[in-house]
Amino acid sequence: MSLRSPLGQVLGTGSARNGTDHWWAQRVSAVALIPLTLWFLFSLLALPALDYGTVRAWLSLSINGLLAVLLVAALTYHSYLGTIEVIEDYVHGNGAKLISLLSLRFVHVLAGGASIFAILRVAFGS
Amino acid sequence: MPARIRPLSPHLEIYRWQIGNSLSILHRLTGIALALGLLALSYWLISLAGGEQSYSEAARFFAGPWGVLLLIGWTFAFFYHLLNGVRHLFWDIGLGFERTQRHASGWFAVLGAIGLTLCLWLMLWHVARA
Repeated sequence: MSLRSPLGQVLGTGSARNGTDHWWAQRVSAVALIPLTLWFLFSLLALPALDYGTVRAWLSLSINGLLAVLLVAALTYHSYLGTIEVIEDYVHGNGAKLISLLSLRFVHVLAGGASIFAILRVAFGS
Repeated sequence: MPARIRPLSPHLEIYRWQIGNSLSILHRLTGIALALGLLALSYWLISLAGGEQSYSEAARFFAGPWGVLLLIGWTFAFFYHLLNGVRHLFWDIGLGFERTQRHASGWFAVLGAIGLTLCLWLMLWHVARA
């Protein structure tokens, strides 16, 4: 339930939207990313080599595929939330802000989506 | 809403850089750098799914001079953003606000990040030479 008055909502004045969700999601994704990123880093470092065969074999294991998907999802979300804040701090007014925010969302969805798709392809062996 | 051009007091030009604001902007900069790193990660994963040839192209780039430079940069960005991020999480639950604590945790974040980056890359360099 929004605490903004109807006139405030129409004019875009008053409180800056529902900040709490964004704040909390940023923290939750941050906490999730601590083990996920460290897992990814140490897994790659533990591999004898980073050639095609070795990496592909490693990613084909179900547990690695799953964690990699979760990593990319959390990473994409956290990155998206963070970069929105940067835009909102420095880009003001007119269409510039709207275009920037839309672009950010699309780039993140594209990057995250493509990555997860790639991981799944490897995990399912195609 | 388009803003009228109004006179603005100088701020960034005159405010002294201190541990607090410096580490804060560094957290933002490393965050942006890591967001770009996410694109690189996507590229790497897509190359892997694309087959042996596409993967070796990607691997060749990341093993090259520019690739290594970027990876070292991203390593530091990652470790710093991680350590300072944890520092932020402690603040979120209300801990570590005293001046000495802020300064100590701040130095830990920066020095820890530099240290971890050095450790990791010295280790990789050592393994690569073997």
